[in-house]
Amino acid sequence: MAKDKEDLRKGCRLPDSVICVDGLSIVFGGLRAVSGFSCELARGELVGLIGPNGAGKTTVFNMLSGVYTPTEGTIRYVDRRGRAHDAHAMKPHQLASCGVARTFQNIRLFGNLSVEDNVRIALHARREAGVLDALFRTGRFYRDEERLLARAHELLALFRIDGKAKELARNLPYGEQRKLEIARALACDPQLLLLDEPAAGMNPQETKELMELIALVRSRFSLTILLIEHDMKLVMGICERVIVLDYGRTIAAGPPAEIREDPAVIKAYLGEEAMIDA
Amino acid sequence: MTARARRKNLAVLGAVSVALVAVPAVLIRFGIIDAYTAQILTVAGINAILALSVNIISGITGQLSLGQAGFMAIGAYSCIFLTQSVGLPLPVSVVAGGLVSAFAGFLTGFPTLKLTGDYLAIVTLGFGEIIRVVLVNLKSVTGGPNGKQFTTALTAYADLAWVVVIGSLVAVVALLQNFLRSTYGRAILAVREDEIAAASSGVDVFRYKMAGFVVAAFTAGIGGALYAPFIGFVKPDISSFNRSVDYLIYVVLGGMGSVTGSVLAAFVLTYLQEFLRFLSEFRLLFYPVILILVMLFRPQGLLGTREFSFTALAARLARARGNGRARDAGEGR
Repeated sequence: MAKDKEDLRKGCRLPDSVICVDGLSIVFGGLRAVSGFSCELARGELVGLIGPNGAGKTTVFNMLSGVYTPTEGTIRYVDRRGRAHDAHAMKPHQLASCGVARTFQNIRLFGNLSVEDNVRIALHARREAGVLDALFRTGRFYRDEERLLARAHELLALFRIDGKAKELARNLPYGEQRKLEIARALACDPQLLLLDEPAAGMNPQETKELMELIALVRSRFSLTILLIEHDMKLVMGICERVIVLDYGRTIAAGPPAEIREDPAVIKAYLGEEAMIDA
Repeated sequence: MTARARRKNLAVLGAVSVALVAVPAVLIRFGIIDAYTAQILTVAGINAILALSVNIISGITGQLSLGQAGFMAIGAYSCIFLTQSVGLPLPVSVVAGGLVSAFAGFLTGFPTLKLTGDYLAIVTLGFGEIIRVVLVNLKSVTGGPNGKQFTTALTAYADLAWVVVIGSLVAVVALLQNFLRSTYGRAILAVREDEIAAASSGVDVFRYKMAGFVVAAFTAGIGGALYAPFIGFVKPDISSFNRSVDYLIYVVLGGMGSVTGSVLAAFVLTYLQEFLRFLSEFRLLFYPVILILVMLFRPQGLLGTREFSFTALAARLARARGNGRARDAGEGR
């Protein structure tokens, strides 16, 4: 076992990393959507993943969360107890139960279920009552339900949507749906949170609130966060490091101030001519 | 809900269930409900169990199945085989019939549940037909196309049949409701709503789809295992595509995902088919017209995804009475 751990940690440079990704590539038919993506996130870091439309950001997320299986490369994931897992062979629900949670660019809530049920579903892995308890309604079942419900309401209260716990998720306004999705992700008790454009479609005021909220949950749940975002103010404002993708390749990585000045990044975003003008 | 409210609720539901099983049985016994009506209502009860089976897989797990009659046939023939050839007592055979069907569901689930939507529908349709052809050709066990005679106490005593069939239906409804309102039920509904989001929330999608499929197959098997001894005769036709579609119609009409909706629709439509007999040939015209009208004006089905509940009914009555009182008070002033 110790040897396995050693092998799996190989390639991780930082002593306290949560995820080490090396040479990740995926091919769809003839299209190489992402090629040679590598990154390493230390515990507690907040890293931004940016790039023009179609750069492959969401594809990277889908590979990190187990939705897609990469064609090449390795993903190593270190859980809270310091055990390393080869995430390459893991399904999304296995990753979720060992601490990787995510939100989706085009919100994926369980629309026909209530707001509290959305969060309770993500608490599923924490159940204590068995199927027979549920079928025959034992005392253990009721205690378990109460515990899960209380936990769900705690999370909803954090996002100030506990007042709407009984409403159907699809009836929430857009901004609150985004918040509910984050609440649901947090219910999985993650240590790595992947946020896919959390501020998409929000107005500046809402975006500002969201930034504060992300900072709050990050410290409260001691999370490591990888964030895709188009709102540069948000990215530059809260991320400690930024990785820039273009056509599936990593063109730059570093602190926001460096990225802002990076010629390759400016070229990718604004085109060749803008470079000459600058 | 407090423990006291829970006990009260349980007492009300228990009393209603016992009444549903016992009162008509007594009425049948003393001939107040005639044999013909008793037969229709008991068949409706079996249809309701089958409708629930389709609802479990299609309405609740969200996987369209057009082959539930195949599982019903497996349950029916297993029950006959186990009683006649192995010599098990009938109640044991009925449960065993359900289990054999569940096992068949488990085996077919492995290759098929990776498929979704239309593809799964076509595979399950094929499954029903395969079962039918096997039953026709496996003459030594199944009696071939002529079917099998199976006269039992349930065939002879209409009141006993009612008690057994409706008792089973009540048990299925109670267990299903308990399951749905638990963390397991919510997980299965999450799979229906969005597989990717469910998986990312820690729900093992394949496992829950399989659970839905196996439980649905078990329920269909129980339905079949009750049908055979009640009717006293089965033919391979029991596994026909038409029958699977009939059950799907009950579910769609009652509301996909609504347990009480399926039961209600099964009783109403089974009775309606008999009631329309006076129209003779035109009956086949009226039935679809009713279906079309319901789908036009209430596409979500009679109950939608809602459930009939005594607690909600009591709350509504109390509210109505409260309003009435408020109105009276207002007039008094």
